[in-house]
Amino acid sequence: MKFSGIQKIWSEWEKEIPDDHWFYVRSCIRQNFFPASERRYLDIVRGNLGRDIFEHPEHTTCGGIAYHNECIPQLTQMTIVGRQFSIMTESGYSNYVCSCVTSFGLYCEALNTWKEHPEIEAMVREKLWESCHREFEIPKSLVHASDLIYHLRHEIGAKAVHKLTNANTGEPLRVVDHVGCHYAKMFPTKGVGGAEYPHVLSGMVEAWGGESIDYPERRHCCGYGFRQYHIKENRGYCVSNTHKKLESMEPYHPDFIITNCPGCAYFLDRWQYVIAHQTRHTYGGPGQGIPVLTFEEAAGLVLGYDPWDLGLQMHQVAVEPLLDKMGVPYDPAKKYLGTNGKAIPRPELPSIIRCC
Amino acid sequence: MGVLVDTLKADIRIEEGLKACINCGSCVATCPAAEFYSYSPKNIVNLVSSWDEDTIKELLCSETIWYCGECMSCMTRCPRGNAPGMVIMALRSLSIKEGYFLKSERGRQQLRLQRALCGNILNYGYCVYPRTYHYEEHPESGSIGKWVNENADEVFGRVGANLDGSGTGVLRKISDKALAELKSIFDATGATEQMERVEQLCRENGIE
Ligand code: SF4
Ligand code: SF4
Repeated sequence: MKFSGIQKIWSEWEKEIPDDHWFYVRSCIRQNFFPASERRYLDIVRGNLGRDIFEHPEHTTCGGIAYHNECIPQLTQMTIVGRQFSIMTESGYSNYVCSCVTSFGLYCEALNTWKEHPEIEAMVREKLWESCHREFEIPKSLVHASDLIYHLRHEIGAKAVHKLTNANTGEPLRVVDHVGCHYAKMFPTKGVGGAEYPHVLSGMVEAWGGESIDYPERRHCCGYGFRQYHIKENRGYCVSNTHKKLESMEPYHPDFIITNCPGCAYFLDRWQYVIAHQTRHTYGGPGQGIPVLTFEEAAGLVLGYDPWDLGLQMHQVAVEPLLDKMGVPYDPAKKYLGTNGKAIPRPELPSIIRCC
Repeated sequence: MGVLVDTLKADIRIEEGLKACINCGSCVATCPAAEFYSYSPKNIVNLVSSWDEDTIKELLCSETIWYCGECMSCMTRCPRGNAPGMVIMALRSLSIKEGYFLKSERGRQQLRLQRALCGNILNYGYCVYPRTYHYEEHPESGSIGKWVNENADEVFGRVGANLDGSGTGVLRKISDKALAELKSIFDATGATEQMERVEQLCRENGIE
């Protein structure tokens, strides 16, 4: 197809995303912080959208967090990547989708390095054979989990039970996004819209009835910083960066923040709690935070999933104001129940920033 | 030339991340570490580009190289295709290899990081794992983090995770075979050697 003008420019930032038959690898961080998003992602892609997406029990961490904390050498990290590809190969798949943004950056880096330096790929293959007697094929397609939902966004929109609109006024909700750094910045041509035109999340928001709001620090890092977070005394770096982002988005009065990175969603949520204690300032009005959703949570709400099945009770900032705006029904009495409706101790509810 | 310069030059991340710097400062402008620490990716690039053995040794012993958050924002913005964050990764690896990480407070954090993250990978198959993520170490996880931590089986069960269960699913138990493969990869590719060296150097220098 021939494009001109803006369409032509945009076509250069679009990304080819196969429509079906996926091999899926999970994210360590997302499984810990947003286990329901990990779970519902497959439910949505398989159950709601009827696609084949396969998970193999033998896949593991990609080692990325350890690598970015300098705990393992690059060769170790790349050989773990080779092992993941080997499991994909033996499962008969060639379209690879990973749920972690750190992993996505590292998979892109490995493939890029191997292309430019075949001797490094050969070394990885040798080490993988020596250590695990495994071989692998290079995936035909490599995408992040959010790419797949972006690709399927209009199908999700067509099945919407709730739109990203105010149920009373019909007005679109105002949504700010945060795209993970290692999705957009390391290899900008590998992400939808790259770093300049970050469209992977705003495309979902618009397809589901919301309004995507630009803000000055949209591209600023959330501040995870690997060792800046994993060492307790370094965390001033993390909260300072999230603070910068929150200050930048506050004047636009967003109804919620959407992210495609497991860590970013967690930090944008939790640092609001810390900042409220530090400064008594909250970003969603007096005593209120700005709810933060993973893209799976947003998709799940649109498709009519129960908010507690989506794990929204694991957020520190209250999601109820957003649910009320969207007209999503929920049972407050069921929010903090355990497995199979079991009553368990309730969390403490801070008075300084609303939690439920 | 010297051994440090030679080793750095052989690191693929230097080849990928260090071309000719024009000192434009774009990396500094976009860098989250430059904003909150006394740190400049431009200066790192300049110092490394000197290819002076003593200068590089000084960097490897410094606090400075540990301030970067490896977000790679600099990689996107550099008009010359440099990636100061990648240069930092190469410097850190060399600092650890040569034992210079012991000279800085931030560098000495390596032992704690290694024990926590490699411990999780080798014991559980995950970089981060709910059974070893303790609220006391993570008060920023808030009252909800505390609740999740104290009621992990119930909360993870409620949202459909498979914590320590068999088969597929969220936080399933990683099989002994997969864990053994990860250990073999660590042994074959230098991770075990690096871990043992860090442990030994820290022990010899009274760092726990
Ligand atoms: S990778 Fe490091 S040097 Fe580059 S922008 Fe991020 S924090 Fe700054
Ligand atoms: S952006 Fe690139 S060219 Fe400019 S100062 Fe930084 S490393 Fe040098």
